[in-house]
Parts: sequence; structure tokens; C-alpha cells
Amino acid sequence: MAKRVTGPEIERLIQLLARIPGLGPRSARRAALHLIKKKEPLLAPLADALAVARDKVGVCSRCGNVDTADPCAVCADPQRDQSVIIVVEDVADLWALERAGAMNVAYHVLGGTLSPLDGVGPDDLNIAGLVERVAAGGIVEIVLAVNATVEGQTTAHYITDRLAGMDVKITRLAHGVPVGGELDYLDEGTLSAALRARTNF
Amino acid sequence: MPDKVAIGRLSLTDFRNYSELTLRFAGKHVVFTGNNGAGKTNLLEAISLLSPGRGMRRITYSEAAREGSTGGFTLFAEVEGMAGPATIGTTAGDEAEGGQRRVRINGAAARTNEALLDHVRITWLTPAMDGLFTGPAGDRRRFLDRMVLAVDPGHGRRVADYEKAMRGRNRLLSEGRFDRAWLEGIEAQLAELAVAIAVARQDFVRLLTILLERAPGEAASRFPKAAIKLTGFMDDQQALAASDMETRFAASLAESRWRDEAAGRMLEGPHRQDLEVVHAEKSMPAAQSSTGEQKALLVGLVLAHARLVGDLTGAAPILLLDEIAAHLDPSRRATLFSIIDDLGGQAFMTGTDAALFSALEGRAQFLSVNAGTVTETVFDG
Repeated sequence: MAKRVTGPEIERLIQLLARIPGLGPRSARRAALHLIKKKEPLLAPLADALAVARDKVGVCSRCGNVDTADPCAVCADPQRDQSVIIVVEDVADLWALERAGAMNVAYHVLGGTLSPLDGVGPDDLNIAGLVERVAAGGIVEIVLAVNATVEGQTTAHYITDRLAGMDVKITRLAHGVPVGGELDYLDEGTLSAALRARTNF
Repeated sequence: MPDKVAIGRLSLTDFRNYSELTLRFAGKHVVFTGNNGAGKTNLLEAISLLSPGRGMRRITYSEAAREGSTGGFTLFAEVEGMAGPATIGTTAGDEAEGGQRRVRINGAAARTNEALLDHVRITWLTPAMDGLFTGPAGDRRRFLDRMVLAVDPGHGRRVADYEKAMRGRNRLLSEGRFDRAWLEGIEAQLAELAVAIAVARQDFVRLLTILLERAPGEAASRFPKAAIKLTGFMDDQQALAASDMETRFAASLAESRWRDEAAGRMLEGPHRQDLEVVHAEKSMPAAQSSTGEQKALLVGLVLAHARLVGDLTGAAPILLLDEIAAHLDPSRRATLFSIIDDLGGQAFMTGTDAALFSALEGRAQFLSVNAGTVTETVFDG
């Protein structure tokens, strides 16, 4: 065991930083040292921002997005077409779609995917909330923007079943040729999905 | 002849009995000789880890790190690969890094370990596989899937996804959660993957059969011809279109939920498939052939597979043949060496006695392995 050269306060800071995704023990040490060196220009404003985030940021009771307001800025935005809901697994996916900026509509964050092996069932996801939103009326289309993984597709299948019989159009993201992709390099699964989902030109 | 893929340098750090070792190869075949327990097979195993997966011994990474070493093991290789010269580094077994094996290619982290297949394809034959025909069907399935993976890099992902979805369904059923919509969702995915797996295996068996029938005359006279066939899943429905097979299997899964729940596992699917191997001339199941014949059949299969990989990718795979001389009489041995030469790939072989490989003098580099040190031997046989 190496001898410890820092006090418990710094050690605690390093351990907390190491829990942030993308940081390991080594990079956490670097980050901690950097913060300590830049106390005024970085550490202080960061601490303030963290405190504000802790006090103000919550989960939107309607769509599951994170924001300082409830309902969130997306749900409250009158410029958005609130009759179309894009269903995503995680807030990170919402942000990704917003970066793309292709549709100015509402969202619904599930908070994960169905996964029996991880003990995640329908009740652990924000699926009932989605059914309620559709049942309340005014929703024309649900876009299932879940990952093209086994769990994602299982979840999409499940949601489709739960919404069956309701007067709403259910669509999903296209699976197939990526923009800028060459057919030659695609695997057979992707190619056959692309062929099955071909569209009018 | 396909391009030559060869390993030029191999470095091991804290791997099995080696703390630090660098070997340089001359581009020819390599024969490792030495006593039992000298560490010959460990060298082949290190090479086998230049392909995705857990290598030829299906290791637990933490066990492969040298005893007394602090972290995990690291392997590094310079290869003349399918995409030109490349460096491959891989490390695993360090507890702090979790159970994953990390791969670096040309100095950059690989996105997936399957990326290794863009540079080298590796095929092996080990004494542990001698019981393949008499052993459990699961071993034959794994053997088959490894072979499929070498020609179809997406196969590993497919099998892993299928097994995960199947475990998920098993879990739901065992917990008594007969949530129809959820099960249907899983079963739709299972059906898609199951048919994709079955079709990939079937395609592969068809291709390999063509090559087995076309085996060169000399080889045919020395190595018995094998006839291979898949059984155990949708055997009578191969003529159906894939989408029809998916619909049928999904329906069959929906019907068998209670039965599967009672059994505690899924009773139907590609995870129950078996690779049937028959000694073609004698029309005798491989499992009933003599030990020597079984070995010869197995060698024939592995070599046909190597040829297939070479034909499909334009580069012969690297062959790892552990204790290959055992069970083969001198004439078969000589034929084996000439087939290996003909394949055009680099072969790494081990044996206790250099004399068994005398026919390879001049065509191979002979390295003698002794308690963790490796020295070049000048062949004096």
C-alpha cells in the first residue's frame, strides 16, 4: 500500500470525482489537483454551480426530463408541437436529438429499458406516465426513439402493445444505412433492415 | 495464393509463467519444443488472444496474470496483417480495470475487440478439443460458432445478444411474471436473433461442405473426409424465408412458455443445435470412429476452415496447432505439413520432440522452450 500524501478532505474529493462517469481514480486525482490549483477561477464557481444544481434541478413530472422548472422548458414551450411525443430511454438521448434539431416536438423519457436480468420491469420505467399522456388526448403521434439493442427493441415492442387500441400513430426511428455510409461496408443485418424499411423516393 | 499474414514480434508481460518475454519470428512457421510444463502452450495461448474472445483455453483473465504480479497481463504483437503492418496490444486481468479485456490497435484503443478480425484471423487446434465429437453438444456449438465468427464478424454479437435475451426470458418465467406484452417483446427479438444465428451457421456449413468435398487429392488420401450437418433447430424448415421462420419461432415460443417455465430453461432454439460430423467414406458418426481417426477428422475440419477463411478474406488465418504431432502417424504428419504450407498462412506448432517436425526443417523456425526462457535451436535431426 502506497503512503498517503494528502489529507482526508482531498482524498474524499478525489474519491467523489472518481465516481463520475468517464473518470477513473487516476484522472480524478488530476482533476482534483487542477481544481485545487485553480481555486478562485474554477473551484469556487464549480462549487456554486453544483450547489445551485442540487437545490434547483429536478425531474419533470410530465416527461421525465431534467430541468430547474417543472414542467420543464421543453414541456412548457408553446413553440413546440406538443401533439407529437418522442420516446427516449435517457435524458442523454433527448439531448442528442435536440442537438440534431430535426423536430420541434415534445419528449418522454423512460429512464431505462426493460431488462429482466437487471431487475428493471415496466413499473420501474416511466411507461404508465406515457400511457396517461396519450389517454389524456391531444396526442397524434408517438415516435419510439429507443436504441437498436435487444433491450431497446423489446421495450419498444412493449410500449406499442400498451398503446394498442388508443387513437395514436406509433412510429419508430428508421434502422438502416447511416448518413455518409457505403453499402459495401454494412453488415447483413443492417442492410436487410434498411431494405425492409425502404421509403418512397 | 492469399496474402501472407504473419506475426513478426510477440511480447508477453506477466502472462502465465512469463514475466517478460519478447520473441521475434522470421515470417516462417514456428515450432516450439520443450518438456511438459515448459510453457509452450502458454505461448500459443498468448497468440490466440490476438483474436476476440477468451482465447484457446477460454481463460479467466485474472488467472492468466503471472502469479505474484501486481496488475494483469499485457500482450503486444507486431503483425503483417490483412490491412498491412499493424501493432496489437491487449491487456486484461487487472482488478482495478474490471473484468474487461482492452485492445489497442496501432496505438489507439479499439472500439470493439472484434476490430482485431480486421487484422488477423486465428484458428487453433488443441488436445482439449480431442473429445469434441464424443463430448457435450455445447462444445461443438462453440467450436462451430468460433469458425463462423472467423468468416462473419457479426456472429459473436448475435450469439451474445441471443443468450442475454434468452436469460431474460428465463428470468421472467422463473419469477412467474407472465407479462404477455413484455414476453412478446423479448420473444420477437429472440426469434429475429435465433433465425439470424441459424442462417449464419447454415451458410457456413454449406460453404465448409463445398471445401471439404474439394479437398486436394493428397490430403484426401491421408485425412478422412468429414460430412457435416446441423441438427436440432428448425431442421425441416430451412427452405422457408427468414421472415417466415421468425414468425413461426416467435409463435412457438409464445406457446411453450408454460413448458419452458416448468423445465427452467428454453427447450427450443439455436442454443440446442448440434454439429453432426460423419466419417464420409465409412458413413460412420465421428463419435464412433477410433481416437486416431477422430483426430484426423478434426484436423481435416480445421484445415478446411482455414482454407475457407483464406478464400473468403484473401488472407490465410494464423494456425495454432498444439501438440499436433500426437496421434498422427508419420505419413499423415508429412501430409499435414504440406497442407499447411499450401494454405499459405503462418503456423505455430508445439511438441515435446523436435524430431517429430524434422520434415519442416528449413521451412520453420525452431524455438526451444525451457522454464520460461525461449532459445532458437539449430535443427540437428
